[in-house]
Amino acid sequence: MTKKTILIVDDDPDYLFQLKLKVQQFGFEVITADSQQEAERMLDFVKPDLAILDLMMETEDSGFILSFKIKRKYPDLPVIIATGVTAETGINFSSNSEGDKNWIKADLFLDKGIRTDQLHKEINKLLKI
Amino acid sequence: MSTFNILVVDDEPGIRSGTKRILQNFKVDYPFMDEQIDFEVDEAESAEAALEMINHKVPDIILLDNKLPGMQGVELLEIIRKNNIDTLVVMITSYASLELAVKATRDGAFDFIPKPFTPQELRSSLENITKQLFLKRMTQKLNTEGKQIRFQFLSVLSHELKAPLNAIEGYIRIIRDKQLGDKVETYQDMLDRSLERIKGMRTLIMDLLDLTRIESGKGVKEYKKVCLNEIAQTAIDTMRPYAIQKDLNLYLNSSEKCCLQADLNEMQIIINNLISNAVKYNKEGGRVDCTIKSDKGIITIIVADTGIGIPAEDHEIIFQDFVRVKSPETRNISGSGLGLSIVRQLVGLYHGTIDLKSTPGEGSIFTVTFPKNL
Ligand SMILES: Nc1ncnc2c1ncn2[C@@H]1O[C@H](COP(=O)(O)OP(=O)(O)OP(=O)(O)O)[C@@H](O)[C@H]1O
Ligand SMILES: [Mg+2]
Repeated sequence: MTKKTILIVDDDPDYLFQLKLKVQQFGFEVITADSQQEAERMLDFVKPDLAILDLMMETEDSGFILSFKIKRKYPDLPVIIATGVTAETGINFSSNSEGDKNWIKADLFLDKGIRTDQLHKEINKLLKI
Repeated sequence: MSTFNILVVDDEPGIRSGTKRILQNFKVDYPFMDEQIDFEVDEAESAEAALEMINHKVPDIILLDNKLPGMQGVELLEIIRKNNIDTLVVMITSYASLELAVKATRDGAFDFIPKPFTPQELRSSLENITKQLFLKRMTQKLNTEGKQIRFQFLSVLSHELKAPLNAIEGYIRIIRDKQLGDKVETYQDMLDRSLERIKGMRTLIMDLLDLTRIESGKGVKEYKKVCLNEIAQTAIDTMRPYAIQKDLNLYLNSSEKCCLQADLNEMQIIINNLISNAVKYNKEGGRVDCTIKSDKGIITIIVADTGIGIPAEDHEIIFQDFVRVKSPETRNISGSGLGLSIVRQLVGLYHGTIDLKSTPGEGSIFTVTFPKNL
């Protein structure tokens, strides 16, 4: 079986590096981009099996817009939006309700502080492994 | 018990009556609040009707459908925003288009409820909104009472402090668990990055200290005659080691002594920040020119660089707390985004002005003026 490829997009170089390492250790191939723009260019010629996007990059809603564009291009590609913003910024994505998924188009919202094994589980679930 | 007034604007009678029914016995409480909040629901079947009702009595929350018979939801939103009407707008829409969502949020919509919604979805959305509104009202009240609580500021601050902490913690875990093997050299970059993030946090804390001192309006302020030429010279000397690494030349042009009655520390903060930015955001082999002159009762400080420049749309916002330009050129430069906000506040204290001219790719010129007070 060939390794599945996961795209990670985040503008914090350290978070990007650390997440990449984790996901590689889960046994996946990882490609990275550090902005919405770069990710869009990449998606023109690669189709990953799953994408993990940071919410706030160039603008505070880059992650949403990227997710929307990914889903338009590859409707079946699972997208996770990882946020560091929680209650304290007043932006709350705790509800992973069907309705939210409809307009935001991401499959899952995760807090960036998620435990490693939890993250692994969520990725596997979305990849149906 | 207090009551929030909700106006549902939707052309579907089912949505209006449903909302009314769902919220009838619904109450929200919150540890901070001494009291529970319940809801009173009014309805309008068009944006025009809603506007009339708003003119009469401003509701606390408006649940607004976008697709309406005459005027559209977003148009009503725009009117509300233009007239500074103090109400919280939540869009309900089955047109689950992200573009609309993003646009409406930019235009001042607070949240979205996708249609069709279940009673539980509506209640939990409203619970959130109510808490937000409550907090907002509370902050407004405290502000008018003269207690400066900077809710927004604190929330961004916690985000800014959390990001480097997470990065450092992540690296320490990797190193502790020897995830990349036993060789110490493998971890060199991670240690360097951790130190870099710690440095960033330190600047943030220093900036915060400056800010608190300015805002509390006291501290160790001491007004005396200070000469800006000397301050600029010291600032340039301090930055020189950094400038050498980038092969930059720094020049001070001032033919006469320009002095004013001021707090030395505050003048240092202003000039240091401008010169440090001119160095930080410069290009290999570039230059920084600091000019200080005095003319007809006005002292002018000009800091010009040949750096990366600032896109026109960011000229206003970079003076706000925590705002940094995000671009490939600035990605590896650390900073808290507080420097210019501090500079602007301080300049204001001395009844001065600050102005920016910049061409992306070519450089920036920051000009500060002070009325002479000696
Ligand atoms: N001389 C300059 N040339 C280009 N960009 C600049 C210049 N000065 C400021 N900027 C932009 O404006 C933003 C805000 O500057 P500011 O000094 O407030 O924060 P900072 O430099 O990021 O952090 P610090 O609080 O450590 O100074 C910077 O992040 C940078 O993007
Ligand atoms: Mg600065």
